[in-house]
Amino acid sequence: MLEILRHPWHWSTAGVLIGLIVPLLLILGNKNFGISANLRHICAACFPANIDFFKYDWRKEVWNLFFAVGIIIGGFLAATYLHDPEQVKVAPTLVADLAQNGIDDFSNQVPTQLFNWYNLLTIKGLIFIVLGGFLVGFGTRYAGGCTSGHAISGLANLQMPSLVATICFMVGGFISANWIVPFLLKL
Amino acid sequence: MSKIKSGATAAIAETINTDFEVRSLDTHCVNASQKEVPLWHNLKYMLMGIFFGVILIKSEVISWFRIQEMFRLESFHMYGVIGTAVVVGIISILLIKKLKIKTIRGEEIEFQDKRFTKGQVIGGLIFGVGWAITGACPGPLLAQLGSGVGVIAVTILSAVAGTWVYGKFREKLPN
Repeated sequence: MLEILRHPWHWSTAGVLIGLIVPLLLILGNKNFGISANLRHICAACFPANIDFFKYDWRKEVWNLFFAVGIIIGGFLAATYLHDPEQVKVAPTLVADLAQNGIDDFSNQVPTQLFNWYNLLTIKGLIFIVLGGFLVGFGTRYAGGCTSGHAISGLANLQMPSLVATICFMVGGFISANWIVPFLLKL
Repeated sequence: MSKIKSGATAAIAETINTDFEVRSLDTHCVNASQKEVPLWHNLKYMLMGIFFGVILIKSEVISWFRIQEMFRLESFHMYGVIGTAVVVGIISILLIKKLKIKTIRGEEIEFQDKRFTKGQVIGGLIFGVGWAITGACPGPLLAQLGSGVGVIAVTILSAVAGTWVYGKFREKLPN
């Protein structure tokens, strides 16, 4: 059993399980599946700075922070007890493109040759680690949700604004992965 | 007297309403339970988070490589995960509505309609660009950190900063 769990899970297994989180959160307490709002709760809790957007009772949203902490713990548990010793399988065309830019370590799902503490001292590292995160935080809040809030939760409830947001996520990602990231990798 | 009183009520209603609007734009706390519950009751959500975190790692949704493959159309994996999740979500919500399923504490399950804003387009594009760079959206960032890539803490803090800057300049942005 543990052996099966260790191997990478099929997309349909993951899809069904992630999809079930939507009704489970609703039934547990009328909560809508979403993660990026936590970034706002952290701002409201730690640095509200008298900004209207952060003036609300974040304590009422504390369930979401518990959920977020759970994801970190889940990540730790899966990486520790269900670790798959095999290399991450990557599409050959991507392997070839990455190799040209010095990325050839596929032992971790996160390319640690790109995301590591030393790289924080380089322009390339700053863009991938710091600027990338900034765009995620700014964009998700501006859009009013992220992949979980719009693409899964919103689409599950047949919300047209969520469909627009999801299409824009994909368009932005498409432009970025095909033209911006290849340029950044060369830096 | 009654005039003043109704005026005051209207003013209160208005402030509540504005707050409702601001918050309903992106969080769904508006239909949150009004009942006070002890903090430890939230542990069930932590368990849900653990469940989600394990799935994210084992299905390689947190993989930077998988995200590149998705946007470069080199793999079906991510489309399969998100597509299946949406279908399961749609069926679940239909069932909840049809069968009038209540929460475990007997409360009605409510749904809020989302409104169109320019943010869904502009913010959506900005997030998309960031998503391909970091190779992770907010949930996977947390799971990546948990899996032991410590430097992702910087990415998460930077995302908090991005949210803060959005909040700061929100009024000046097209909405």
